Amino acid sequence: MSEIQVCFKLQLGSFALDAAFSAPAVGVTALFGSSGSGKTTLLRCIAGLERATGTLHVSGDTWQDETTFLPVHKRPLGYVFQEASLFPHLSVRANLEYGLKRIPRPERKVPLEQVVEWLGLGRLIERGDPARLSGGERQRVAIGRALLTSPRILLMDEPLSALDTNSKQEILPYLERLHRDLEIPVLYVSHAMDEVARLADHLVLLDQGRVMASGALGETLARLDLPTAHFDDAGAVIEAAVAEHDETYHLTRLDFSGGSLWVGQVQQPFGSKVRARVLARDVSIATQQPHGSSITNILHARIAEIRDEGPDKVIVRLAVGESHVLLSRITRRSRDLLNLTAGTDVFAQVKSVALMA
Amino acid sequence: MTVLDPDDLQAVWLTLKLAGAVTLLLLFIATPLAWWLAHSRKWYKGIVAALVALPLVLPPTVLGFYLLLLMGPHGIVGELTAALHLGALPFTFTGLVSGSVLFSMPFAVQPIQNAFEAMGKRPLEVAATLRAGMWDRFFSVAVPLARPGFLTAVILAFAHTVGEFGVVLMLGGNIPGETRVLSVAIYNHVEAMEYSAAQWLAGGMVLFSFIVLLSLYLTGGKSWKVAPRKSSVPGELVEP
Repeated sequence: MSEIQVCFKLQLGSFALDAAFSAPAVGVTALFGSSGSGKTTLLRCIAGLERATGTLHVSGDTWQDETTFLPVHKRPLGYVFQEASLFPHLSVRANLEYGLKRIPRPERKVPLEQVVEWLGLGRLIERGDPARLSGGERQRVAIGRALLTSPRILLMDEPLSALDTNSKQEILPYLERLHRDLEIPVLYVSHAMDEVARLADHLVLLDQGRVMASGALGETLARLDLPTAHFDDAGAVIEAAVAEHDETYHLTRLDFSGGSLWVGQVQQPFGSKVRARVLARDVSIATQQPHGSSITNILHARIAEIRDEGPDKVIVRLAVGESHVLLSRITRRSRDLLNLTAGTDVFAQVKSVALMA
Repeated sequence: MTVLDPDDLQAVWLTLKLAGAVTLLLLFIATPLAWWLAHSRKWYKGIVAALVALPLVLPPTVLGFYLLLLMGPHGIVGELTAALHLGALPFTFTGLVSGSVLFSMPFAVQPIQNAFEAMGKRPLEVAATLRAGMWDRFFSVAVPLARPGFLTAVILAFAHTVGEFGVVLMLGGNIPGETRVLSVAIYNHVEAMEYSAAQWLAGGMVLFSFIVLLSLYLTGGKSWKVAPRKSSVPGELVEP
């Protein structure tokens, strides 16, 4: 079976990891959870850096079961640590080539030039001492170093968390590009919802060493029984296509099966896929088509589910079109005044849309 | 140079030979020991560490005395060497080397151990994820990162052996060409009121030690600075 199947148990002091999930063999799977939820430990178990009991199958190969334990250096994986951890005694180039040199020639599928191009390392590679690179640059070299081993899977442990905001902004486009161009699965550990919404296709929610939920990103984020729907920055993710550029007002129309959304003008050409994130707090509900509103994006929707959220608020899951979902956070009073229940047809007013790529 | 007789030159040569042999042996013994001390979580690690550090606090004569007993015909080591037809170790060059290795052990182990501990596990983990096997990791990452520790260990072990007196006297005595090292030769000269010869040897030793240290500091200057720098982020090796 061409997917990643993980099942691990590990006791570390008072912390117990007992996690099982499977992830698709393509795209980015986010391991999401608060600190202490065991997501890094789980990733280390997958890499073989921690010795847990259990099984691990990656794209049809057994890396670990009752009788097998492949040592770390025998697992065809790339690992990006929280801190770049470049070797200080080696030049930038030697760092990049460290792993490349250690795999047999026929297995080298990722050429150095390709990685240099992907990650914009052209100027960095000639700089000798890695200590002279900025934080973001070092992390890019570290990602390149991992990719150059032609891994079958890429494991990333919060690669942005040790960076400041500027470095994060600098590195995110590269990660998005990898997400588009890379043909291997990526396991991405994060506790930042915006990174997950931006990069992931599949979501594994971890809590106290256990898997709370695992599924496609859009569906999982829209599940009201999970804590992710009740975060302050809870929201839905919609994959849409660029459909129209309005040169007069510098806007772009994105189409998806549930309707269309106008956003600030983007550079992408017609037809290209973009990911939009709509936060629950930016969606309001009207029972009649609103007139004279400054809000441009108004979508037909049907209420699928309502859940209480604290004493004053409720969160509403809205079905938009056949397969799309929006979340809306409104007051309990509004729900009662508008007499909203599951099945009600409504208009969803979207105040703001964040484009992810 | 007329004040120095051939015996003195022999003592100088013997001292260098002893210090060189001890330093080389210590590199092979201290490195795995330092590695184990840096990474082991065994309960008896503390005991081993204390034993290794013992020569730091013991008077050399005490150490020499026990080594003499151990290596003597009725000691465990003595009986072993006798059974292996190696002869007795006390009052031989081999005996001197054995004693000096033990005596200088902490000076070699501790700098290397510190260097291994300072680099942490992260660089080795990184190397493992980049397909480097155990020995490969050790030689391509651990050793270069611990280079300052190795340099310190070599300097200290060599210098400490050159300056050794108590253990030599207890264990090796004063046999020309076999165990009469520089420090013992100086002692002999002073006892015989030959202050001028003592001056030559002592002064030469001061100068030699200074030149060795200076050249190591100068040539190794760059590598001393690439010691793993500690930063606020654990595991991070390079400072911004």
